[in-house]
Order: sequence, then C-alpha cells, then structure tokens
Amino acid sequence: MTIAAKRWLPHTVAAAGLLVLLYPLAWLVATSLKPADEVVTSLDLWPGRFEWSNYTTALEGVSGVSVTRLLGNSMLIAVGAVIGNVVSCSLAAYAFARLRFRMRKAMFAFMIATLMLPHHVVLIPQYIVFNQLGMVDTYWPLVLPKFLATEAFFVFLVVQFMRGLPRELEESARIDGCGPFRTYWEIILPLSRPALITTAIFTFIWTWNDFFTQMIYLFAPENATITLALRSFVDQSSTSAFGPMFAMSVISVLPIVLFFFVFQRYLVQGMATSGLKG
Amino acid sequence: MSALSTKDPAGAARPADRRPPARARRRTREQQWPAYVFLTPWMIGAGVLTLGPMAVSLYLSFTDYNLFDPPRWIGLRNYTEMLTEDPRYWRSVGTTLLFVVVAVPLKLALALGAAMLLKNLSRGRAFYRSAFYAPSLLGASMSIALVWKALFNDGGTVADVLGAVGIPTGGWVGNPDLAVYAVVLLTVWQFGAPMVIFLAGLQQIPPDLYEASALDGAGPWRRFRSITVPMLSPVVFFNLVLETIQSFQVFTPAFAISGGDGGPADGTMFYTLYLYERGFTASHMGYAAAMAWLLLLAIGVITVILFRTSRSWVFYADEGGR
Repeated sequence: MTIAAKRWLPHTVAAAGLLVLLYPLAWLVATSLKPADEVVTSLDLWPGRFEWSNYTTALEGVSGVSVTRLLGNSMLIAVGAVIGNVVSCSLAAYAFARLRFRMRKAMFAFMIATLMLPHHVVLIPQYIVFNQLGMVDTYWPLVLPKFLATEAFFVFLVVQFMRGLPRELEESARIDGCGPFRTYWEIILPLSRPALITTAIFTFIWTWNDFFTQMIYLFAPENATITLALRSFVDQSSTSAFGPMFAMSVISVLPIVLFFFVFQRYLVQGMATSGLKG
Repeated sequence: MSALSTKDPAGAARPADRRPPARARRRTREQQWPAYVFLTPWMIGAGVLTLGPMAVSLYLSFTDYNLFDPPRWIGLRNYTEMLTEDPRYWRSVGTTLLFVVVAVPLKLALALGAAMLLKNLSRGRAFYRSAFYAPSLLGASMSIALVWKALFNDGGTVADVLGAVGIPTGGWVGNPDLAVYAVVLLTVWQFGAPMVIFLAGLQQIPPDLYEASALDGAGPWRRFRSITVPMLSPVVFFNLVLETIQSFQVFTPAFAISGGDGGPADGTMFYTLYLYERGFTASHMGYAAAMAWLLLLAIGVITVILFRTSRSWVFYADEGGR
C-alpha cells in the first residue's frame, strides 16, 4: 500500500459508512416531502415535486388534536422527567458517593442490581397501583417515578462522577462549619454540573422516544403524546398518506435532532464515561 | 474499569479509612441521618416502585388475574401452561434468543471496528464520532421504526436494491422468517453508543505499549491480539452485558414493524411483545407476570454466566492482571 492510500483509506471507509448510516434519515426527510404517487414508485431520494402540503396535513394532528398540543404534551412529560431525575438522582448519588452510613454497601448493591431489572417485572403492579390511585390516563405515572430516583442508570452515572471529585473539598468545608446539606448544595452540586447535564439530556431524549409506558398509561386523544399520535396516524391511514405520516415523523424527531446538535459534546462524553470510570 | 462492579462507592482505599476506626465510626454516626434524608426519595422509590411491585408480581404470577376481579390462586398453572402448552410462548423465546444472538455480536463487532477506524483517523474524528452516534439517539423512536418498516417492506429500498443485485428477497417485513432481521439491522444501526465507549477505552491504552511491541517487531494483528484485546476486555465485557440485557427487552421496533401484533405469523413476536399481548390485550395479568419473572430469571442467569466466563477473558490491569 502506498503512503497516500494508507492515509486515505480510513477516511474513505468512514465516509462510505456515514453515507449508509445516514441513508434512512435522508430517506425520512425526502419521503416527507414527496407526493403520494412518488413514494412507492421512485427510488430517487430527491423528490420530483415538493409536496409541502404533507406538512400542513401533518400539522392538523390526529383525532382533532393539533400537533402543537401533542408536542406540548410530550414536552410536559419530558421536562417533568428531567427535573425529577436531576433532583432525585443527584440526592441519592451524593449519599452513595460522599457520605458514610449504615447499610450503604447493601443499598448500593441493590441499586446496581436494579440496573439489570427488566421493567416488565414491576410493570403490572405499578399499573395496578396507579390505577387504584386514579392516575391512569394522567401524566403522573410517567413523571412521578422519576422523582423517586427509579432510574438506577442515572444514579450510577452521577455517583461515578461525584466519586471523582477530590476528598479535600469536604474536609475544608467541614473546617468551615459546613454540614452535609450545605456541602451538597454549595460545593458538590455545582461541581457535578457535567454529570447532571448528561442526565438531563439522556432523560429528555429517552422520555421523548418512550412509547411503551405512554401507550400503557395514556388513552384520551387530547392526552396523547407525539409518539402515540404518530402510532395512531399509522393505523388510520393507508400507504397513500405516507407523505403526511413521515412529515409528522420528521416533526416528532426534530427536538431530538436539535438536542443532538446543541449538546453532542455532553452526550458523547456522558456515554463514554458511563462505561469507563470506576 | 469494571463499571458493573459493586465496589464500595466511597472507595475503600481513601485516606479517610486509614484513620483510627473510632473516627470513622463517629463519621458514620454524624452522617447517618443526613444520608438517609438524601436517600429518602430513592428509598421510597426502591420500596414502593421496585421491591413492593416485585413481590406483588411474583404473587400475581401464581394467580389468574384480569385487573378487575380479585386474583385467584392457581399455583404453578401459569408456568406449566407457558412451558408445556403454549407454542406461541416458545416461538417468542426463540425469536428473542435468535435476535439477541445475532444482533449483539454484530453490533459490538461493528462498534469495535468503527472505534478502531476512528482512532486511527488523523482528522475529523470528533465529527465522525458524533455522526456515528446520532442513530443511537434516534433509533428507539417510533419515527425510525416506521422508516424501517417502509425501507424493508415490499417495494422498499432494501428489497429493490437486493433484487437489483440478484438476491430477490421480497419484502422482509411481510416474511415471517426475515422480519426479525429487519429488527436486527435496526439495532445494529445503533452501534454508535458502544462505539463511543470502545473509543474512549482505546484512547486510554498507553501508547508506549504499542511502541514497545512495534520495536519488538510485532505486526498489526499481533498488536491487536496481544495489546488491544486484553486492554479493552473490561470495556468489551461492559458493553456485552449492557447490550445483552437491553436486547432481551426490545419492544418499540418489533411493535411498529409488526403493526403491534408480532406478525407476520408471529415472526416478530418478541418476548416483551407477547408479554404485553398476554397482559394488556388479553387481560391475563397473572400470565404476563409469570412471563416477566421468567425473563428476570433468564437475564439473571445469563448475566451470571457472563460474569463467570469473564474471569477467563477479561483482564483488569489495575488488579495486576488476573
């Protein structure tokens, strides 16, 4: 192999891989702009004629509920989940990472074990509980658990980060008369910002993408999220409505794409550290 | 580097522990109540939303329960029915195992390959890392599942392209034997997440190891076998456990591709989909609870097996080798 080839080969492979990888996304955007007759017949990505009305149709929403409302509902759940996870996971993580107390080892082991617990084992009893509380078809079952640090992955992520902060921080805080509460609020929490931002971003994206929990708990069309609406859109329409359906798909992934572009540094680093530290 | 270890989080080797035990005990006493205050939300969640429901679902798995009438104790009936009289249950087990066994190694191999490629990239590494990672964020969405369904449907891009090169597969989505592979490819498409972890692991391998072995005349393959593989094995292990556990629970793509019923001919009837169908569509909550417990058992057993085998191939440098 010549020197030039050796230098260019990795770039060529990476670029080719990227094209294959991005094809489904390009296809999604292209199809959302195609008129009905082009969707099935043409393999061309570029639409022969741009059918912008797909988007106006999509914006009308599903079952008389507008897309703005659907996006608003998704946003409400996602923001609630983000606040819940950031608050509850940082509290629990601080105790696990920086405080000494009886039963710490046992509790921490249990927390780690729940990382592997399939959601389905607790699904039905949780449903029964929320049903008894009259919370089915409200957003409580989707948001409340996040305020109780049920997502061990994020507790673990923040624990890992807080463990890396120097021990001397607390020593000097104690000398200055800071108790655990002020130490948490004034020292550890501000320093843990990167881990908390990672938690917030992942929580947002995972909640936004969530389909299973939303499908189980939400019924009324006006309570539906954009994901659920997309799903019922499919049920109601034939292949002729491909354009509007994928227009709605584009709208529904837009917030994630936006998040990705703004926060990609945190996303990639958060992912990398979750598997490495410790 | 063992992220899944249950090592003492405050670190047993910290200076605080070298102090006389009396002071450590006093510290424990001082921090006891604050710690429990910080842990209150977590403890409520662990009790009310995890431990309690686990106990209840274990109980329900021995009952006939439809959410409206009180549960009726039927002993092991759900389990025996599932294991001996329900071919659809076994079909769902088979589909899920096939999926895990094909998708996880493919995804991890691609992730490792891509990570090694990006590591050697002189320019544009950050760009490709982000771009390859993007599908991992979008892949779980309903939108992408619908795109997948269209791409792999009859007349979709995949069938057309394969047909044009002389492999007439027809639509994968409508074919009970091929539909599961559409879901496999959707999972493999999201190789960016483990890739990022691999890349971070590769970058932690000290370069002098490679330089020393190059001086000793080791070729690229030898260096990969003797340095990269052992140094990266904890990360491989972490990814393997994580992806395996996740793959057992795949739901949204199977739901979307099959239109929610696991079709065609139960070709995409994944375990979780069948569990949902039994529990929430057919109102056999007891049966679904039993399925969930067998899933937990299966994941537990497989995780233990992975941890056992890891002793023979995972190398922890910070423990001075094995």
